Amino acid sequence: MPTNAAPAIEMRGIEKSFGANPVLKNVDFSVSVGEVHALAGENGAGKSTLMKILQGIYQKDAGAILVSGAPVEIADTFAARKAGIGMVFQEFSLIPTLTVAENVFLTNEPTKWGLINDSKAVEQALEIFREMEVQIDPTRKVESLPTALWQLTEIAKALAQDAKVLIMDEPTASLAKHEAEGLFALIERLKAKGIAIVYISHRMDEIYRIADRITVLRDGARVMTESLKSVTPEQIVEAIVGRKAAAHLEHKDRSDKITDEVVLEVTDLSAGPKLQNVSLKVHRGEILGLAGLMGSGRTELVNALFGVDKPTGGTIKINGKQLQISSPKQAIKNGIALIPEDRRAQGLVLDHAVTENLTLPLLDELRAGGLLSNKKILAKSQEIIGQFNIKAAYPGIRVGSLSGGNQQKVVIGKWLGTNPEILMMDEPTAGVDIGTKSEILELVREIADSGKSVILISSELPELLSVSDRILVLKDGRVSKSLNRDEIPNEEFLQLAIQGAA
Amino acid sequence: MNTNTTLTSARNMLKRFEWRQNIIYIGFIAVFALFALTLGDSGFSSPNNLMNIFRQTATISIMAVAMTYVIAAAEIDLSIGSVAGLAAVVSAMTINSLGLIPGILAGLAVGAVSGAISGGLVAWLKVPSFLVTLGMLGLVVGVARWITASAPVPIADETFITIFGGGEFGPIPGLLIWVVLAVTIGAVVMNKTKFGRHVRATGGNLVAAGYTGVNTAKVKFTVLLMSGMTAAFAGMLYAGRLQSGRFQWGTGDELSVIAAVILGGTSLFGGRGQVVGSLFGALFIGLINNGLILAGLDVSQQQVVRGSIIILAVALSRKK
Repeated sequence: MPTNAAPAIEMRGIEKSFGANPVLKNVDFSVSVGEVHALAGENGAGKSTLMKILQGIYQKDAGAILVSGAPVEIADTFAARKAGIGMVFQEFSLIPTLTVAENVFLTNEPTKWGLINDSKAVEQALEIFREMEVQIDPTRKVESLPTALWQLTEIAKALAQDAKVLIMDEPTASLAKHEAEGLFALIERLKAKGIAIVYISHRMDEIYRIADRITVLRDGARVMTESLKSVTPEQIVEAIVGRKAAAHLEHKDRSDKITDEVVLEVTDLSAGPKLQNVSLKVHRGEILGLAGLMGSGRTELVNALFGVDKPTGGTIKINGKQLQISSPKQAIKNGIALIPEDRRAQGLVLDHAVTENLTLPLLDELRAGGLLSNKKILAKSQEIIGQFNIKAAYPGIRVGSLSGGNQQKVVIGKWLGTNPEILMMDEPTAGVDIGTKSEILELVREIADSGKSVILISSELPELLSVSDRILVLKDGRVSKSLNRDEIPNEEFLQLAIQGAA
Repeated sequence: MNTNTTLTSARNMLKRFEWRQNIIYIGFIAVFALFALTLGDSGFSSPNNLMNIFRQTATISIMAVAMTYVIAAAEIDLSIGSVAGLAAVVSAMTINSLGLIPGILAGLAVGAVSGAISGGLVAWLKVPSFLVTLGMLGLVVGVARWITASAPVPIADETFITIFGGGEFGPIPGLLIWVVLAVTIGAVVMNKTKFGRHVRATGGNLVAAGYTGVNTAKVKFTVLLMSGMTAAFAGMLYAGRLQSGRFQWGTGDELSVIAAVILGGTSLFGGRGQVVGSLFGALFIGLINNGLILAGLDVSQQQVVRGSIIILAVALSRKK
């Protein structure tokens, strides 16, 4: 390990705005040689912007970046790599159709007389894998490898470019438990070699396990940099969450609206490795919140209930009747609707009119003499637009031209038009402004008040706490806790339950 | 290495053999054997006939080499047939007015200009190559008809005719030499140079390639430029073999060329490129054309059978 006292990387007074919106305010961040430095904060706190500046994807507005004590200008990704900064992407940066060795040395290929020396590349890749103490065949095509090995290949790629700093963004999100153990062991070995690692994660247990120090960002400002030896999980969570004024997120007691009638009963439902033996009950009029980290099985659960993913075991009963749900069409027929996570990709045809989107699941009812009736479509659309207060200039306008919140209302309206008994929503307020957010939450309450049951996924805990009557905490594809709303005193308590630290 | 490890490595190789990508070789041998058995009496296996197949598919084979790069980069070039036609008439006209060397250069310049226009629009203005080259297909053939008033331009220059198409060097036809040269260079560049690697990286995952430092815009420009110049060269081979320049030379070739490339195991989704496979794809199409003629099918029947065989073969060689 070099005895250089200067940090491997130091960012001083970094400022960044997008338009009039400041996302980083005077942020200092440094990682020592051979240190694992955790970077935490809520979505939108500025973590990824800070790291993108370090990688040369964004340019800072003000501040300085020093590598091994020397100031550097990182104008693009190329300059970042030259400065020794390597990234292990959350979404992978490999070419699936090339081999492992070809990927590791892409743009950096060893040559002989102007031609690529493949056997040398394979040899050098093997050498890197030997040092990492992992076994991967460099001649395999990446697409034929399991995803856990993709990540190792990315690390090897960064090492082949002589990276001194590795940025790992939620590296365990797509890994099974034993694979994550392997990754931690590798991180220890990389540390011993003097490589500095920025470790972005929401998982408290992992942070304590692997990191030396932690920096927390909140609303674009640095609120904590501490050694993990001298800080408790409670302190970290408080730094992440802050003391927010959240009047619009007050919880309303709805116990009088919930009946004893069990609408949905799931027993030991499993689907693949990410969902195992989940059991739950939802009553008429109830809002069930699903909490958990990315990859904890929340999305997998609603996908299995909606017939997107095929269950491999367990039973699903609706109104006491056992059903086999193997397609979304069947789910819809049985009164289940899902508002998916990515509304742009999965919920809407952006280029089509509001009317067309709203009535897509309802076309069977909107015919006259076998053909679609435009009159009926317009009438139905106007009914839904009025009901959900969708702000559209006219019903025939393109959905893509509406604001995010109104797009989300179109998605909700579209599915409620099918009159489901059970409405499942995956992150319904992602990317909408505060005003629309509270409108959507109020809508969720109204839907439940009208005698329907709602299953709600949200990563924003205040939101989850404000509408849920009961919260199911998922971890590693299993139910780790089932909490009544009145058993949860505050956000910190729920955050700790999700982290598995409590 | 002891026998045990040899055995394991052999088994691994067999397991990893990507038969969908290599089905062209199996298909080629199967169809060849079938025709050799059933059409032996009609002279299918005579050296003369086989050399004819090679000669007739030479232009397709050469254009397929460049098209392999275009498709491996996840782009497409529909303009090659028209570019071949325009290059044929331009070089014929220039030879007649200015002589041999200016004629060759003018022909290649046609390919360079049209390839640079398509490539520039695709690489930097991000217009989909399907649309750009579809437009170029019409535009280029229009120019060719315009400047010739749709009339053929005869070529009398013996040297041109010898070099491009008609000539034989000893027992070896010149066209064969061009094909071998194009395929050899194409295969080596694809598999053993940074450029070839970057072409496949661009087609395999555009964003990842960009983040890794591959200049993906330059890659796209270069493959389309290559495709244009190769098409122009193929147009001059038509002009040499048929001793004239006509705007019709090459018309419709884009479809045979794309079929040959896909048959050869290059993925239409990009990321893979098999130059030698493309050659066999072209020969396979030539083989079928030739066999069907010898079998006495009329033109309409040939079209039906040829279309069916290509659909079948592409379906078998497609990505899982």
